[in-house]
Amino acid sequence: MIEFRSVTKEFPDGTLAVDDFSLTVPSHRTTVLVGSSGSGKTTLLRMINRMVDPTSGTIEIDGVSVASLEPVKLRRSIGYVMQNSGLLPHRTVVDNVATVPLLRGVPRRTARADALRLLDTVGLDRAIADRYPSQLSGGQQQRVGVARGLAVDPNILLMDEPFGAVDPIVRAELQQELIRLQHELGKTVVFVTHDIDEAFLLGDQIAILREGGRIAQLGTPAEILANPADDFVASFVGADRGKRALHVESQDGSDVLVDSDGRPAGVLVGQRSGAGPSGGARSDVPHIVPTEGPPR
Amino acid sequence: MTWLWSNLDLVWLRTLDHIVLSLPPILLSFVFALPLGWLANRYRPTRGAILSIAGLFYAIPSLPLLFILPVIIGTSLRSPANLIAALTLYGLALMVRVVADGLASVDPDVRQSATAVGFSAWSRFWLVELPLAGPVLLAGVRVVAVSTVSLATVGAVIGAKSLGSLFTDGFQRGIQVEIITGIVATVLLALVLDGAVVLLGRVLMPWTRRTRRIRPAPAAVLGPMPVVRSVA
Ligand SMILES: Nc1ncnc2c1ncn2[C@@H]1O[C@H](COP(=O)(O)OP(=O)(O)O)[C@@H](O)[C@H]1O
Ligand SMILES: [Mg+2]
Repeated sequence: MIEFRSVTKEFPDGTLAVDDFSLTVPSHRTTVLVGSSGSGKTTLLRMINRMVDPTSGTIEIDGVSVASLEPVKLRRSIGYVMQNSGLLPHRTVVDNVATVPLLRGVPRRTARADALRLLDTVGLDRAIADRYPSQLSGGQQQRVGVARGLAVDPNILLMDEPFGAVDPIVRAELQQELIRLQHELGKTVVFVTHDIDEAFLLGDQIAILREGGRIAQLGTPAEILANPADDFVASFVGADRGKRALHVESQDGSDVLVDSDGRPAGVLVGQRSGAGPSGGARSDVPHIVPTEGPPR
Repeated sequence: MTWLWSNLDLVWLRTLDHIVLSLPPILLSFVFALPLGWLANRYRPTRGAILSIAGLFYAIPSLPLLFILPVIIGTSLRSPANLIAALTLYGLALMVRVVADGLASVDPDVRQSATAVGFSAWSRFWLVELPLAGPVLLAGVRVVAVSTVSLATVGAVIGAKSLGSLFTDGFQRGIQVEIITGIVATVLLALVLDGAVVLLGRVLMPWTRRTRRIRPAPAAVLGPMPVVRSVA
């Protein structure tokens, strides 16, 4: 569990990047911080691994204040994945993935063997292990970035717009891959994005941020969509423009969900099941099988 | 030409002398330039000062420098050490700026991500920033290598033996072939050293050799498209 308590960050030049931010990030869930550029998302993320220290307030990981931890050691225990992968251009794929274990003193052979297994985990062919990052496609680079983030088997994975720079098709692949991985691994993921669709797709809990890291609304995707807190949130999630509005049309005996442009979004296969075995917001929602690709 | 054939062993000896005089300044100027270049790059205010002072050294004429150095650092005028010290200063004058520029050329994203995954400042410098500054450093070392080999000939004037001794001797005794041999051998040595530096760069920086080539993703294992987690 990560807890932000009244965290404020003012940069030396006077920029108030984060203003009195409080949030509990539950363990083994994906929490998405979503907001426009400059809303303080990266700053918030970097305060968790002490790349940035708050001006005031505290951040605790499982009850321990990060301020009391040695930054380098702390960072080696937390996975970090960023846009443009941040891979070391002078190291091969396998050495990039093995970077942090090597820093932590894991023997070279072990680190490399583990790294090769991690390539499998993130859906990469071992044949690329000896290539340099510049010889990979953008999507492959991001997968390597994720593998590197997982290399020390961290409890916490910080992801800063990791899929922001790849094309939409590859992004959709990577998103599905992350959902699958998270299903298997159950990390505490803090995921930063400016893409509300990505936030709804990946987040168990979503914090919609305004300028200065002020939380406009916190909740599950369903809660936010069903009940936008204010006009800002409504406009951000696109509810005001009817973008999210779906309605049911019968087609050859099936119920097809159609969006506001008349395009089919999916077909209704479940019925309201009441309290499902797992409880929670999502089980109350009928499943939709997409008619084409991922949702827009 | 008969002079050359009957003095091949002398030419070889002077070539060795020349190498012994040139290699230490090339290495030393690189080593000393690292902390200075790092300092210049790290702290903005010192950058201008360090780079200007370093640059000024290159403007000092070589003969006066050879006479001043013994007074300052206590080397004896005619010793190889005196010449090596002078050549190191000239190399330093070039390399400090090269190191600062090389470190500044490292992609800030890569530096940030190295920090983010847990490199300490020390390991980040040696394992990330320095290697990535490599191509710029290499270009600088090539210039220093060639310039040092050429400058080392001046040692002949103060009596430090080198290929330069061939042309001072050739002038005094009026042997044209000896003069030309000295010049040609110096140029050849410079070219050979330059080539050696390039080769060394290839060995030390294998990632710069491979060209970008993107192939389609090798069979990315995609899970089946799961039931979309969307909400109505
Ligand atoms: N090192 C810094 N120095 C000064 N201002 C900064 C620094 N880093 C970020 N900022 C400012 O803080 C605000 C939040 O930045 P950031 O956390 O990067 O937002 P986001 O990731 O949401 O785009 C922005 O106004 C940005 O310009
Ligand atoms: Mg950002």
